[in-house]
Amino acid sequence: MSAAETTPQRIAGRGAAPQRSLWHVILVRPETMTLVLLVLAVILASQLSPFFLDISYILRSFTLSAEFAIVALVLTMVIIAGEIDLSPAANMALSTCLFAWAQASGVPMPIAIAIGLVAGLAMGALNAFMVIGLQLPSIIVTIGTLTLYRGLAQIIAGDKSIRMPEWFIGIDKVLVFGVPATVAIFVVVSLVLGLILAGTIFGRQIYQIGTNEVAARYAGIRTRRIKLILFLLMGLAAAIAGMLTASRLGSVRYDLGLGGELQMVLMAMLGGTYIFGGRGTILGTFLAAWLLVVVSTGMTVANLLPAIQLTVLGVLLIVAIIATNLIYSRAQR
Amino acid sequence: MLKKSLIAMAAGLALSTAALAQDKIDIVFIGKNTGNPYFDSLTKGFVEACQKIACNFEFVAPATAEATSQIPFIEAQIQRGVDVIAISPNSPDALNQVFDAARAKGIIVMTVNGDITGNEAHRDLTILPTDFTKVGADQIEMVGSLIGYEGEIAILSATTEAPDQNFWIKGMNEAIKDPKYAKMKLVATVYGDDQPEKSTSEMEALMANFPDLKGVIAPTTVGIAAAAQVVQSRGVADKVKVTGLGLPSEMRDFVKDGTVAAFQLWSPYNEGWLAAHLAVDLKAGKAKNEVGSTFEVPNLGTITINAGNSINTQSALTTFNAENIDQFDF
Repeated sequence: MSAAETTPQRIAGRGAAPQRSLWHVILVRPETMTLVLLVLAVILASQLSPFFLDISYILRSFTLSAEFAIVALVLTMVIIAGEIDLSPAANMALSTCLFAWAQASGVPMPIAIAIGLVAGLAMGALNAFMVIGLQLPSIIVTIGTLTLYRGLAQIIAGDKSIRMPEWFIGIDKVLVFGVPATVAIFVVVSLVLGLILAGTIFGRQIYQIGTNEVAARYAGIRTRRIKLILFLLMGLAAAIAGMLTASRLGSVRYDLGLGGELQMVLMAMLGGTYIFGGRGTILGTFLAAWLLVVVSTGMTVANLLPAIQLTVLGVLLIVAIIATNLIYSRAQR
Repeated sequence: MLKKSLIAMAAGLALSTAALAQDKIDIVFIGKNTGNPYFDSLTKGFVEACQKIACNFEFVAPATAEATSQIPFIEAQIQRGVDVIAISPNSPDALNQVFDAARAKGIIVMTVNGDITGNEAHRDLTILPTDFTKVGADQIEMVGSLIGYEGEIAILSATTEAPDQNFWIKGMNEAIKDPKYAKMKLVATVYGDDQPEKSTSEMEALMANFPDLKGVIAPTTVGIAAAAQVVQSRGVADKVKVTGLGLPSEMRDFVKDGTVAAFQLWSPYNEGWLAAHLAVDLKAGKAKNEVGSTFEVPNLGTITINAGNSINTQSALTTFNAENIDQFDF
């Protein structure tokens, strides 16, 4: 279809008053799609295996992805602001290796944790410097730092693993109101970031930057500062997620969180975040994280082959992207 | 009325199958990754054992052999309530916590074909095909005999964190210090991640980087097949000798056309066969998981549980060459 054909329609559409009923506003949203998929996935998974529908099992399975999910929440904000960060999983590995290495060589735990957090922030700052300061595209910059951070982690830790002290192990087994601590952290971070993104001026400015950065700058929004904050937040979240992983696994190795960046992007995409920025919600990513866990857990407990699992995940992502694009193009015009 | 009786029948059927299932124990074997033919043979040992004795068997494996990729599978088996988890671990320590969780539920955790060295306290026992402390030295001797104990050699391994691979590589590095191998030089150790494509390109890189390379040890079935393929297609079998640990079924053609003179392995089939028998005996109380205790396995004879709750299915590596390869079908 050529542009000329569509133009009159668009003008007509714009000229008419937007006749959108409430159900239209609620239903035609990407998060609704994610929610529907989530409900479907729960139903299908419980049909697939009688062992699936057990809330404590689902929560336990969520702890395996909770660290990635926490970072995916921040990543959602970065994507909405029109940037991307593919380095967080490597950041998790490097900051946690530094933390574990410091800890193993006798540094007191609080200081070791501080070292890990500062390292995470520094990596976020390096990304920010290249993206904001040097005006380089974030996708290239963070593919570069993804490799760099992982390489440095391997230099520091070698092929060996660093043991965690016994008392540090098992945060995923600590229950907060019956919910594993890492899942509880994910829920709290979702609430806080969701409120910030949807309810504060800072949040609205993130959307404006992602929609049109030049316009946002002319409107007096300090785009560079906001992006810097987002990249720093990303580094901090990755460092925290890395330490949570260390506590869950009991040991640290340079390959910690390997390939996690794809899962994080997948969560944001499945939740309806628009890859070109300006659109998306924390709620969407929140639901998508559960969707991913339900889908993969449901198939694993049914002893399905990984090949089938990969196929299903691939189809899911493509469906989500098509649906998101469709919904946004309709909602926009 | 009809509906009711149907439901009653169905319920009765369900009950009777449940009763039947209770007599058998549930064993699951978690492989390193899927698409690895080595585990087909190992799995066959389990399957054929469970056709004869009281066990139900299932095989699962993650798509990739990453350190943590087996964790969701172990969690799932705990949730399914299996009796025995047999696993070829992808990491020597990342699985400790989930092993503990499984054992807390009364599940027997046995590592098969590779152990969690240094963290043995987190599993119940290990079944190794042979005495792994001798593998490194045996392989160095093998490659040495092929190249006339002189020249550059390299190792093409699986993943950097695979515990068994690292243990053997360590053994090779120690064995080569023997004065007998003074003219041999280990120039590189590379990792093909047990993926055919990566192993092939690592092999090609080896040959490009070390033009004087005389021998390659690939102590992994994927690696040795890939290395042999490269040597075969380049027609340099007389220059570069490939050996290592391989499957007779995959290596047969390479041995017959002279690409590979000899390689070694054990019988992965026997590992599965032994593991299933031991699992059933342990659950039935017929065998005890104590160092020094013995048990009988059909076809394999009397098996002893060695120090560290470690069991070997055979005492030394089997060498395969053009003369004997047709006798093996795994």
